[in-house]
Amino acid sequence: MSVISQGFQGRGRRDDRLPPGQYETHDFPVLSAGPTPYISVDEWQFTIDTEDGARHTWSWQDLMALPKSTPHVDIHCVTRWSKFDTDWEGVSLDVLLEDVESAAEYALVSSYGGYTTNLPLEDLLDGKAWIAYAFDGRPLAPEHGGPARLLVPHLYFWKSAKWVRGIRLLDQDEPGFWETAGYHNYGDPWHEQRYWGD
Amino acid sequence: MHVDGNAAAGLLTQVFARDMTGAHGTCGSCGHNGPLAEAVVYGEAAGTVFRCPTCDNVLMTLVEAPGRILARLAGLRWLAVPI
Ligand SMILES: [Zn+2]
Repeated sequence: MSVISQGFQGRGRRDDRLPPGQYETHDFPVLSAGPTPYISVDEWQFTIDTEDGARHTWSWQDLMALPKSTPHVDIHCVTRWSKFDTDWEGVSLDVLLEDVESAAEYALVSSYGGYTTNLPLEDLLDGKAWIAYAFDGRPLAPEHGGPARLLVPHLYFWKSAKWVRGIRLLDQDEPGFWETAGYHNYGDPWHEQRYWGD
Repeated sequence: MHVDGNAAAGLLTQVFARDMTGAHGTCGSCGHNGPLAEAVVYGEAAGTVFRCPTCDNVLMTLVEAPGRILARLAGLRWLAVPI
């Protein structure tokens, strides 16, 4: 039995693609910890701050000018639903981090509206994470995190911060909103890392 | 979607072992004082989030894990429980 198979490209049998304790849904449930921020693309900005205090900033136009990816992925919510074969458009974090000089090991992602989530920087690299701005061929709706959200499908979906605004690169790990509230610091669905102590 | 603190009365009773809807909390951010029943509650998230009705600050989160409920109270300055 392969418990580390990630089902990334969605070629396997259904059972191989469903992490333990999950069920498949065809809906796209909306989970919110707060009011939905409505951010126009004119005011939208994305920043990466390094551990040395250097700031890199992208406007919406800057983001649109970058090479686009079209990830086709399965997503897994800690509330136990999984959704197969989702289609996104966005910019790979590899592209955004290409010219960012950093030796940091951790990342703290923050959103419009105040949400935060943390993950190791290496989980944002090597084609594993995107700033996604379209879903199913349409601009990402505000309730799903538009104008842009982080997409990190190999971790539980609370790590895929909606309304993403910036990423701080850190030498020390800094737990985010759900990670300080009882949810697992890393959140690997294939190892069912849901809560503290899992 | 959000509701008010009354909708989370059952969950609050599980945590505090008493009716908490009449308890008053003070927001750690803006100082607003009011009954927990009037908090703005987001219950469809990974946990239940109680926000200040005045400034949106997160007063409290409750996460229902197997065998325990994890309560984070970091956004509350005071909690006054009637006896
Ligand atoms: Zn307040």
